[in-house]
This record gives sequence, structure tokens and C-alpha cells, in this order.
Amino acid sequence: MTPVLEVSGLKTHFFTHAGVVKAVDGVDFSVNKGEVMGLVGESGSGKSITGFSILGLIDPPGRIVEGEIRFNGENIADASEETLKSIRGNRISMIFQDPMMTLNPVLRIDSQMMEAILAHETVSKREAWERCRDALGLVGIPSPEERLKSYPHQLSGGMRQRVSIAIAFLNKPDLIIADEPTTALDVTIQAQIIHEAQKLTRQTGTAMIWITHDLAVVAGLADRISVMYAGRIVEQGRTDDVIDHPLHPYTVGLLGSVPTANKRGERLFQIEGMTPNMLSLPKGCAFSPRCGAASEACQVPPAVEHVADRELRCYHPQSQVAAE
Amino acid sequence: MTAPLVEIRDVSKRFAKRLDFAGKIAQKLGAGVREEVVHAVDEVNLEVKEGEVLGLVGESGCGKSTLGRVVAGIHAPTSGQLMFQGKDVASMSGAERRAATLAVQMIFQDPFASLNPRMRVEDIIGEAPRVHGIVSRTEASDYVDDIMRKVGLDPSLKRRYAHQFSGGQRQRIGIARALAVKPKFLVCDEAIAALDVSIQAQVINLFMDLREEFGLTYLFISHDLSVVEHIADRVAIMYLGRIVESASTEEIFSAPKHPYTRALLAEAPRLDQRKRDFAPIEGEIPSPLNPPDGCFFNPRCPHVRNLCRADQPHLETIGRDHTVACHYWQEK
Repeated sequence: MTPVLEVSGLKTHFFTHAGVVKAVDGVDFSVNKGEVMGLVGESGSGKSITGFSILGLIDPPGRIVEGEIRFNGENIADASEETLKSIRGNRISMIFQDPMMTLNPVLRIDSQMMEAILAHETVSKREAWERCRDALGLVGIPSPEERLKSYPHQLSGGMRQRVSIAIAFLNKPDLIIADEPTTALDVTIQAQIIHEAQKLTRQTGTAMIWITHDLAVVAGLADRISVMYAGRIVEQGRTDDVIDHPLHPYTVGLLGSVPTANKRGERLFQIEGMTPNMLSLPKGCAFSPRCGAASEACQVPPAVEHVADRELRCYHPQSQVAAE
Repeated sequence: MTAPLVEIRDVSKRFAKRLDFAGKIAQKLGAGVREEVVHAVDEVNLEVKEGEVLGLVGESGCGKSTLGRVVAGIHAPTSGQLMFQGKDVASMSGAERRAATLAVQMIFQDPFASLNPRMRVEDIIGEAPRVHGIVSRTEASDYVDDIMRKVGLDPSLKRRYAHQFSGGQRQRIGIARALAVKPKFLVCDEAIAALDVSIQAQVINLFMDLREEFGLTYLFISHDLSVVEHIADRVAIMYLGRIVESASTEEIFSAPKHPYTRALLAEAPRLDQRKRDFAPIEGEIPSPLNPPDGCFFNPRCPHVRNLCRADQPHLETIGRDHTVACHYWQEK
């Protein structure tokens, strides 16, 4: 079975006055039908730029300098704007962190939702309207007929995010890229949004890339997790493997710094230092200056290694359990 | 028994939108125009004992930040009393009052907005202790160095401006500024929410170290249950301006009584739960302009009965240090 999306050797660089920012520097991953992949990283790790690259949303001074993005087997990394237009919002759609970014503040919900359908299909307005109404109902919006007549500012943050999820699912896409969709929301609303997204992916078999900084969210949601650091995926594998037996020192540190019940009152594990400046990355492995296990070897960037079911970029994996 | 370090009694904070001239005329003529009043904090009682960390948890709009600001003396309460070491701050005289307000300092959420961009770090940290006569002008420089070292900043960077630091370092500057006036009590309002995960851990550790070193007392305001669980001794849960439950951290996480607390605990994502089915409670926090009758949580509560819609439950003590505001807390 071909994966829905296969990204290989993706490099997206930004050519700024201050120098070249290698925001994404050699990223490989694939997502299968119906699969949820969690793309985890801290701010500046390149996780959002990876998502934007897939949809061809990189503006100058940035561009994709290398790599392939195979969507249903076809490379769209250097596709024309025309082709991308027919894919965006139709076959691949995106949910952003701030729903105000997706929703036009001067258009009513119905006009922007119907636009998403009419741009890709020739159906009657009536039919489009009915599909929009049903879509709003599916994401748990009460009295969808009324809501269709509202403007975005008349809705709460959680409701707006529901609307953008409804829009993302409107054309039954093969892939949805969700970029920190619940970060701006409260705990109870976050749970509602995750619930809707989870329900819809299960019903429709849509693949999803869930970009987040919150490991706890993807632990409960994703099938596989990719951990990004300074533009590269440093560890990738099944959710249970990555969270229960992390191999990369960065993943180990990240998991150790999340407070959990059994560590109450103790000092948290802390990764020393801070995320590197993307303009002047450390030589070799970008994590080596903060890494407790770093050695001479880390001066040369580690290549991707396959350990059991996992992909890893490290000379000093932290536990040998998975290597059996 | 000694008095708690900080206590608030029946504190309410209301924000009113006054009618403008046209509104007043419309009202005189009999149009249904009213002043809009938001009860941000509604008759809240809280005690924080010396050396304790009290976690205050709630969703956005529940009034937790307003409450924090009242405790820190930034907002005056509309009604109710703020007590410091057993004395009403409002009735204190000049010097005493200054000492009391100086002993309570606040650390803000956004390390980008809470530092003056035109001041050097040495002034941000050193100005207040100089003005309040804690250090003399000549000693100020060494004093700043000392505090910067305590919060993990390199004193050689003190001639720099705030924008030359990363988010985590800026939050440390904010902490250093608060510590510089030798406070007894820190109000941390979402102090780590804006930071990356690995930096969050560093700042949480710093808070715990400082607590030990200076014997500090904290009011730790956060929406993040796992952080509060980690750092707090006692937790108070707030919903729409009221405290709905408070208890020791252990008790609130092992035996929550209020349906809202239960919902919060059940829905917070955790690392040890995989491929779970999210089963959220319905609805959203109601507008504080127009709160529901009875229990404020009743429109979302899965166990709602008629009494909940008519009668507002009051906090009752149901165990050692455990209070809850729910008519039916005894039932599952």
C-alpha cells in the first residue's frame, strides 16, 4: 500500500539578510491512510515549516531547496501553483493554531464554507449549503443553521476552531495537517476539539499530521510520533515505543521535563541551555551542546539509523532495550 | 495558631462598563439599557499559610488572574478584605502598608510584555530595592549581581536590554525583579505558560529551589493541572469567579468531589494514557456578563438536577481542609 504522504529528504531554507536559516533540514517521514502522526518539537524546531512545505505555503525568502513530497505517489514538492490550488483545501487541508487566521473576519461562516466547496466542485448552492450545515453538525456545533449566518467574531474560540475543523473536513480530504490546533484553547475545550478530530478521522479514514509541542496530547491521540529538533527529526516511531522507551537523549530529556503524578515535589529533569540559534547551529549534531552523552563523534551529524521499528539520529541511544 | 500569611475574606471584584451620555439619555427615556457588570471574582475566601504553595486552577475567563492581582495589591477589591499577617491591608498606616505590599510580589505570564524594553537589566532588577532603601546606591551593583546569580543569570549580561534575552531568560529577569525587594509571598500568574517544555522544567525547578532558599510562599496560578500537581501543596479550583473546590493536592487528585474538578482531571492529556477516547464534557464556560441561575456549572454538569438550577451551592467543609461547592458532592 502506498502511504498517503511520503516526505523524503525535505529541506526548506530561508535566505535572510543575516544568513541562511535551515528551518527544515533533511526530514523524512510517511503517513498511511487513517493514521495519526504526532509531530512534536519546541518553538523554532521547524515543525510548522514542515507542515507549510507540504502545502506549498512557503513564502520568500524561504523555499524548498531539496527533497520530495509524494502525495498519493505523486511528487508535489515542485508542483505548479495551479496543481497546488486543486490540492489545497480539497485533498490536503490544514487547521491552524489561531482560527482567526483561517477564517475571514468580514465574511459570514456560510459564505466562506460554501466557497471551500464551490472552488473544487460544481454543485448547486443549495447542495453546498446543506453540506456545510451537516459538517457543522458533525463537529458538535448546536443549531448549525443559525451559526452559518454568524460572523467569526460572534463565536467563541472553541466554536471558531470547530468551524475550521468542519472546513478542513468539508471535501473529505486524504490528509489533514493540524498545526497546534488546541494550543490556544482551555483544557475542557481542547478535549472537545481532540474528540471531534479523532471521531472524524476514524469515520473517514483521513490521515492526519498533528503538530504540537505538547507530548501529552499526542500520547493520547497519535499512532506514531516524530520528534523534531533544530530542523531534523531526531527520533521517530510508534507512540508507545517513543514514550515508554525513548532512545534519543533529547526525547528522554523532553519526557523527563514533563511533570507527572509520580514525580510530585521532586526536581524535574532539565535539559540544560536553550534551543540553538537557527542562524548558527552547532557543528554536527545540533543537540550535542546540551546533551549529557555527547562525545567526539557528535561533531559529525548523525545519519538516520533504523533501530527495530524506529528511526533515530544519534550515536548514543539512551537505552538498549529496543535494540534487541 | 499563627495567622495565615495572606488571607482574603469575601473578596469580590466587579468591573462595570459605565453608560455613556447617549446611554444615560436612552435609559431616562425608558430604553432597556443597563450598565454591564462583570463579576470577575465573586465572594472568594482564601488562606495561604506561611511557606505553603497554593495552586489556583481554572480556565480562561474564570477570574483567576483578577484574583491574583487583588492578592498582589494591583487591583483593589470592590468589596471584602485583604489581610496580610492577620491585619487588614486597607486599614494599615503608611509605612506598615508599604511593607506589606512590598512583601507580596507578582510574576507575570508574558516575559515579553512585562519588562520595560528601554531599561537595562541592572535597572529592571535594581531600581525597586534602591527606591525602597533596601540597598544603598553604592551596593546596588553587587546586590544585582547576587540576585542574578541566584536565578541562574550571568551577571556579566546586566548591561543588556530585555530583548537581548530568550523567553526563559526573560522570565528569570522577571523573577529576579520580584525577588530583589525581599518578598515573602510571590503571586505567579501563569508564569511558565509561555515557555517551551524544556525551559518550563528549568523554571519550575528554579521556583522550587527559591522556595527552599528563601522560605517563600506562593500563589501559583495556572491552567495546567500537571504543573500545579507538581508544585502545589494545596489546590483551589475556580469556575466563573468562584472557588468550587479546594483541598490538599493529594486529595484533589485522588478524590475530587466537584463534577467540574473531575471533568478537568479526566480531560487533561497525560503521558500515560494512549490511544484514548476523549469524552469531553459539553459546552463552554458561560459569559460572566450573564451567568446562569443556581450553580454556575449546571448547564454543563452531567449530574444536574432541579435544585442546581435554582439554588447556588456554597462551599462546605467536607473533610480536613477539603471544601466543595456542590449540592450533590456525596453522590458519584
